[in-house]
Amino acid sequence: MTTDGAAYERRSAAPVIAPVQPRKLAKVPFVELADGRLQGVVSSGSDVERVYVSSITAGDHGLSCNTNNNRPCGGLAGGSRACNHLRALADAAVAQYGVDRVARYLKADLPDGGDDLWAGLHPATAPNRAAEVFAGFLRHLAYLEVAPTTDPLPELQWFPAAPAVR
Amino acid sequence: MLADALRSTPDGVAEALALVDGVDDALVHGLARIDEERAAACESLAAAFAGTPLGDRIADAVGKIIAGTVTDEHLAALAGARAALLGAAHDALQSALDTALGRSRVAAPAATVTDSGQLLAGSRSWLRELAIAGWRGVGHELAAGAAQPVQSLLAGPGTRRLAVLLDGLAAELRSAAPVATLPRVPVRRWADLWMRALLLSQEGYPGTGVTPADGRLIILGVDLHEHPTVFRAQAHALLESADGTVRLVRTSVAAAKVDTISGPSAWRMLSAFPIFRGILAERRTAEITGMGLTIGGDLIWDESKAAAGEPADPFAAARVRLGAAAAMPVAPLDRHPAALAEPVLLEGYGHSDGGFDLGGGVTVALDLDRLPAAGPLTPALAAASTACLGLLRWDGRWLLQPLAVQAVVKKKPVTVHGGDWALGPAEAKAAKAEAAAGTAVDVLRERAGRLLRK
Repeated sequence: MTTDGAAYERRSAAPVIAPVQPRKLAKVPFVELADGRLQGVVSSGSDVERVYVSSITAGDHGLSCNTNNNRPCGGLAGGSRACNHLRALADAAVAQYGVDRVARYLKADLPDGGDDLWAGLHPATAPNRAAEVFAGFLRHLAYLEVAPTTDPLPELQWFPAAPAVR
Repeated sequence: MLADALRSTPDGVAEALALVDGVDDALVHGLARIDEERAAACESLAAAFAGTPLGDRIADAVGKIIAGTVTDEHLAALAGARAALLGAAHDALQSALDTALGRSRVAAPAATVTDSGQLLAGSRSWLRELAIAGWRGVGHELAAGAAQPVQSLLAGPGTRRLAVLLDGLAAELRSAAPVATLPRVPVRRWADLWMRALLLSQEGYPGTGVTPADGRLIILGVDLHEHPTVFRAQAHALLESADGTVRLVRTSVAAAKVDTISGPSAWRMLSAFPIFRGILAERRTAEITGMGLTIGGDLIWDESKAAAGEPADPFAAARVRLGAAAAMPVAPLDRHPAALAEPVLLEGYGHSDGGFDLGGGVTVALDLDRLPAAGPLTPALAAASTACLGLLRWDGRWLLQPLAVQAVVKKKPVTVHGGDWALGPAEAKAAKAEAAAGTAVDVLRERAGRLLRK
């Protein structure tokens, strides 16, 4: 993030959010590093109306996985062995953000050059956060229904479109 | 000469920015914890305004904030002082550039006033909490605190501008939280966004009236903007009226989106604007009839008032018409060095590492962070270019953002415009990637259809 010219601290257009990598969304439509968790939504393999809401806390590596109707996931069953949904969530996060950024956020200790996120996690059980995370997903989807605008929006001069990942 | 304007910084800009830095540094650790050094910096700011119409209010606000009382009124005065300094820096930089380019600029008239009502209180309250806690005090909960105000502002009439800004700032804070352990804080940037949001959250913020405009619109280039929940294409263009006058204008279309929709597939979110995208991708002019034009030079794009015209070469148009085109004034509260984006045509330059050598020992650096993945321009094309249409920007120094280049690639001349992919990438590899990424939009729409209306 360094550059010739003005220091990062004194630049109006200093980049803050690294561009995300494109990935397939069918299996894991939503993933985010937020609220101290890696959290997201995983489509059910068997029922198009159902999704699983999964999360891993940063630091403690507490696992949680429930359906959108708040039923516990049978695969995780309140334990500390990751179910397939949590594994899919972690894979999607690594595809979107890169393994380094995900490991740093979760405070996972990976050996130098290690790319297996689970090797650096010490999973535990965590309280159910499904309602909160699912509400976040619905808010996320609601953006697709916001009408476009032709207002001049002068502040977007501070937000250049994401550069190619080079 | 342009090189002369780019060589030096106008008198007073460094001093004004030093005062701005004092306020910005106070916001790092929060207004609840101002040490002696920060207090002295805030007092210098107040002293600089002594004798001006803002003087008493700013002195009072700074005194109260240092004493530990942080109200909305005090914050508005502080943000106003900061905005005035940056506005003055903007004017000095713009006027130096206008002189060098021989560009005439229309004078700004008085503004009208908007009324956004009670929606603004939620935004002010979040911004006050941020100022008190300081950037270093932003944790997950405070970072997430903008969600409610953003949702109501996105839905409200006339408050989209503030909603988009707050959402951009909130996304950065969320990604950086807890900021206490962030290696480097973007001090100026977050203070800029905070200040602008706070001003936009005041009752009676000046609005922009429009007058109908007709004529032929010749696109010079397109600038793309994005944060996790917005994508915007802003064209810089010449507007030729029937009476022969030529004005430099901007016109833009924006759509809400999510972070996983990015790169070339983001254009799909602008499907409501086929004429706009078509004139960019096909490099055509547009005939416009009765389209609203603000005094600041923003044409409020309306597909029903536009028709695609003849193919046109932006480089040829710029060579003939850009020099004499009249520039429009910047709305008073929009003045800020980061808002400078002056279209220029550069030719006959040399190449230096990461920049163009304009001769006479003057090099202008390329703004490589502004070569978006959603368009075909690359640093390699810029390095191989012989002519460049771009925007001159200022961020501590002058920077050139290429919007289009004429270059020689594998011994063949090529012309590449940033808007060439507005209807999808032409190049095979990029087209394939776009098709794969583009299904993201369909997947999310399907999910929204099933889950949102439960």
